[in-house]
Amino acid sequence: MADIKAVLPGDVMDTGAAARDGAVLRLGPGLVQADERTSAAAAGVLHSDGDLWWVAGNRRRYVAAEGEPVVGVVVARHGEGYRVDIGSAHDALLPLLAFEGATKRNKPSLAIGTVVYGRVVVANSFMDPEIECYNSHTGKSEGYGELAGGFMFKCTLGLARRLIGSTAPVLAALGSELPFEIAIGVNGRVWVHAEGPEKTVLAANAIRNSEYLDAKQCRQMVKELLAR
Amino acid sequence: MVAEIGPSNVEAAFLLESLAKGIRVDGRGIYDYRRLKISCGPTHGMVEVHLRQTRVLARVSCEVTRPLPDRPTEGIVQFSAELSSMAAPGLESKTAQEVAITRMVERVIRQSRAVDTEALCILAGEKVWLVRLDIHFLDHGGNLIDAASIAAIAALKHFRRPDVTVDGEEAIIHDVRERNPVPLSIHHTPICVSFGFFGGELIVLDTNLLEEQTQVSNFTVTLNAHRELCALNKAGGIPLNPKQIQRCIQIALAKVDEINEKIQEALKACAA
Repeated sequence: MADIKAVLPGDVMDTGAAARDGAVLRLGPGLVQADERTSAAAAGVLHSDGDLWWVAGNRRRYVAAEGEPVVGVVVARHGEGYRVDIGSAHDALLPLLAFEGATKRNKPSLAIGTVVYGRVVVANSFMDPEIECYNSHTGKSEGYGELAGGFMFKCTLGLARRLIGSTAPVLAALGSELPFEIAIGVNGRVWVHAEGPEKTVLAANAIRNSEYLDAKQCRQMVKELLAR
Repeated sequence: MVAEIGPSNVEAAFLLESLAKGIRVDGRGIYDYRRLKISCGPTHGMVEVHLRQTRVLARVSCEVTRPLPDRPTEGIVQFSAELSSMAAPGLESKTAQEVAITRMVERVIRQSRAVDTEALCILAGEKVWLVRLDIHFLDHGGNLIDAASIAAIAALKHFRRPDVTVDGEEAIIHDVRERNPVPLSIHHTPICVSFGFFGGELIVLDTNLLEEQTQVSNFTVTLNAHRELCALNKAGGIPLNPKQIQRCIQIALAKVDEINEKIQEALKACAA
């Protein structure tokens, strides 16, 4: 698409030639189909790639979608699982056995307030979302699980998505200056762990400040933070 | 309704660990205020205050009404502030938190007699001005009390009411196009400065949301530009010793001067 098209919720989309050819359109996030018309359900910029269309916007409240990595906080424990706050309208369920190597006899015990990194496996409008802390196909944790130490902070969903898409220059700029661990949830929560509180705070601030900066500005900003 | 949940273990532990080393989670010094931005307008009496993420909008309006029977020569200042889940998912209207915040702001403005209510009288026992102050909390990033008090006093200073001439028993209210509206008579500018306590000697100024959720006690000092103490507020929490309170007041004195300058600057900028 040559020019950028911003849409607001309710805007009817002009699917143009693609639809007239009888091709199948694939609607991504932010678009809904009602009867014959396709309209936007979120504010943002309309993107398309071949027959795939979606709206990319920035917001601060998360709506769970299947397969997305999220950082959540355990808020309650009951019989068969934990209730985890992932920042969406409803808490997510985390089954007791949804961890690497967990069995009925041997499973991790998480205190309330624990931060976990998980993946959304169930997300629809009729059920509470469900997350798991391992890949249920391979049985491996693949980096998911409890996050201990470090610091968690919140950012916009747009920034979180850019960070995880590795298009964020701030991570490269930071990585060349100091070693740190990071877990990014697309629910707008980021966990970072570096050596000591100074470094961790620095990394967290650099990421938070980077939202509207380009690659060059990011490098400059990280340098300035380090020099302080 | 999303219940407000406290900070996670990771956040709370990290906050206390770094605070013990004199580091705050947003990289500020322990006695640093966040960057304060005050924007006025577009209409008189409308002021928005930003303390980084925290955003508060204050709006002043006025109308002519009958005075209260026991105070026939005094105008009325009315407050309204409501917390809504727009600012943060866990906030709700008609909660103890809302009462705590609005009471404090109301006390600071009304009971310290910041607004000259006698100057709001048009005809004794007949007509007085009713000044209404609405405070809207747009975004909650901690320390709503300070932001609200700054917004409230700045909005009152920015406000202009229509001019009135009294001719015997007749009061003429001039249209703003006819005669320049006049500012309210403000005696002084009380400003709140809040501190958070984390046990022991750990004190921070201008708590952010995470610090606010983790603190064991908080303390608000209200001072005006003449270095007069207008109010102190400490609702529960751990006991403080007199030395700590003295220290807080000393710090607040310096901060109030800075904030006052910012308010003056902002008012001057929008008047120009």
